[in-house]
Amino acid sequence: MTSSAAMSWRAGRPMSALGKLVRTTAFKLSFAYLLVFTVFAFGTLSYVAWNARRVLDDQFISTIQAEITGLSDVYRTGGIRRLVTIVDRRSRMPGASLYLVTTDTGERIAGNVGALPAGIIDRPGQYETDYARTEEANAPTGHAIVRVYMLPGGFRLMVGRDVEERARLREVIQRAFGYSIILIGVLGCAGGWFITRRVLKRVDDMTETTRTIMDGDLNGRLRVVGTGDELDRLAQNLNAMLDRIGELMVGMKEVSDNIAHDLKTPLTRLRNKADEALRSAKTPEELREALEANIEESDNLIRIFNALLMIARLEAGGAREVLADFDAADVVRDVGELYDAVAEDAGVPLTLAVDDDLPVHGNRELLGQAMANLLDNAIKYGAGRGGDRLEGGIELTAAKADGMVRITVADRGPGIPETDRVRVVERFVRLESARSSPGFGLGLSLVSAVARLHGGTFKLEDNAPGLKAVLAIPLKDVPTS
Amino acid sequence: MPMRILIIEDDREAASYLVKAFREAGYVADHAADGLDGYAMAESGDYDVLVVDRMLPKLDGLSLIRSLREQKVETPVLILSALGQVDDRVKGLRAGGDDYLPKPYAFSELLARVDVLSRRRSSGGSAEPTIYRIADLELDRLSHRVTRSGREIVLQPREFRLLEYLMKNAGQVVTRTMLLEHVWDYHFDPQTNVIDVHVSRLRAKVDKGFDRPLIHTIRGAGYTVRVGQEGARGDDE
Repeated sequence: MTSSAAMSWRAGRPMSALGKLVRTTAFKLSFAYLLVFTVFAFGTLSYVAWNARRVLDDQFISTIQAEITGLSDVYRTGGIRRLVTIVDRRSRMPGASLYLVTTDTGERIAGNVGALPAGIIDRPGQYETDYARTEEANAPTGHAIVRVYMLPGGFRLMVGRDVEERARLREVIQRAFGYSIILIGVLGCAGGWFITRRVLKRVDDMTETTRTIMDGDLNGRLRVVGTGDELDRLAQNLNAMLDRIGELMVGMKEVSDNIAHDLKTPLTRLRNKADEALRSAKTPEELREALEANIEESDNLIRIFNALLMIARLEAGGAREVLADFDAADVVRDVGELYDAVAEDAGVPLTLAVDDDLPVHGNRELLGQAMANLLDNAIKYGAGRGGDRLEGGIELTAAKADGMVRITVADRGPGIPETDRVRVVERFVRLESARSSPGFGLGLSLVSAVARLHGGTFKLEDNAPGLKAVLAIPLKDVPTS
Repeated sequence: MPMRILIIEDDREAASYLVKAFREAGYVADHAADGLDGYAMAESGDYDVLVVDRMLPKLDGLSLIRSLREQKVETPVLILSALGQVDDRVKGLRAGGDDYLPKPYAFSELLARVDVLSRRRSSGGSAEPTIYRIADLELDRLSHRVTRSGREIVLQPREFRLLEYLMKNAGQVVTRTMLLEHVWDYHFDPQTNVIDVHVSRLRAKVDKGFDRPLIHTIRGAGYTVRVGQEGARGDDE
């Protein structure tokens, strides 16, 4: 990491807690939801209020109408005296109804309404108006729906209903609206804050962890809460990535350590041989021999280099651009046939059982190299220790199994103890028992790298007795025809 | 007439070593130190074979080869490369190279390959004969029959192809990797003596019981099919 990059992420850090909160996605989302819910609550309550008012008004009007009808009947049958008696009686009853009977000049005869705006009583019809009751005549005290009716004979009858109730209803609804806004606001803010804080905390955790990782602690891992949510998945993926990076780093370190060791050894040998020849060789023949030995040693070094480079290249995902379709059966047979004679000479005859038609997508050369390495190992180590020939030879098979091409190389040699089977696949690992044979401990690493390049696997198994190397690479999907 | 070879290589030390070694091997060797010089010299078409390093100043090896091929210069090209990995060979051959050798290499390997390339050039596209003959050994490519002194030798298909390749390049040294490439069509490092075992089996069938051996091992290099020592380079075992 360059120092300027370090500066920039550190510079972005000092930010107030509130500022950080406001910037979070969770906060913005909460805010938007709050707004939507408020508008929704307002709409719902307005609709309810409007409907309630309409229902109430209808009820008032029909009550008024019914009373007017009743009272005008009273007037028709009992005359003005009777009407005044009834109106007086009704006026005194507790309740909200308003009554007024006047002369044709508007003078009050009976009723509980003391004052009305001028002109209302002179024209029949329906009004919404302020009024005052008789007992508090000085100022208008209420609001009412009234209906004025002209009785035959010039009298006027007014029946009305106070709409205080309606105002109260509106108040209730307004208050409900107010409360719900407050409630929504408080709950929304609290919820948003809670979620945001939770998310922020986890993101802060992640930031903190990644920072320690950036500072060089590659063992740090992001916390997975276990809720399986998107942050968890992100953390899991990042952890998997870190694992892989860690593996590669460890691999790199091991490789450089091993390269240092395994290349220095032959280089030293090379140097010593040359030195020795210079000091002690007397005849041209001796010098020539020493030089030839040196060339041989150099060739070995070149081999190690090539194998290492190839493994490194494969593990870095190289060679992907030259993948093609080919038949694995051909490769297995070819290489099997190539090693057939050597195996026979080594006393471990090779038997082949290769199925036809095993299409794969990959690199034929690399699979060939991998097969060569496996057979080479089987011939070297599968023949039993120290020339002590065991019964049976090497079996080479290739067949389809679970969408894979399964290639096995099985020998009847001493095998490899289970505890060492994973280890020998690593670079430069050579078991003590193999020290006497030539080799660099790279063969199986290369096979493993080839398997990975093809999206397959490489395992060592017990062949009881002996070793069974199993290389599986995915079959290419062929349309079933 | 000696074969003419052009070595296009920017490393002066490596280049002078190659020039010297090829001259000792009987070639007329020239050297170009960068891609543009090399291109100008190669374009004349005066050479029987070009040895081109992949990484060159001014014009890289692969572009140089592509340009030559566009100019219809068909001189055989052997690419030398420090990259030497799986896909590099393919890229090199696609660019128009005829052979490919990863660095570092043994000079014997390079010489054997250049010999084969330059001879292909001098034989000038004349059709391959259907029957190869070396002394009393005869290989019929059409009927797949091999006879020696009129007696039929029964060979496995792979042994036949091995002998065919050796006889096609009779008098030339062919290395183990060349055999693996041409007979088995693989380019990997076989690590063990697999090729030797195949050759010795072939030799047992072809040479056993005859006074004059025809298949010879060239120490530090490979094999050759020839009669006795004439025209030979290197030591017999």
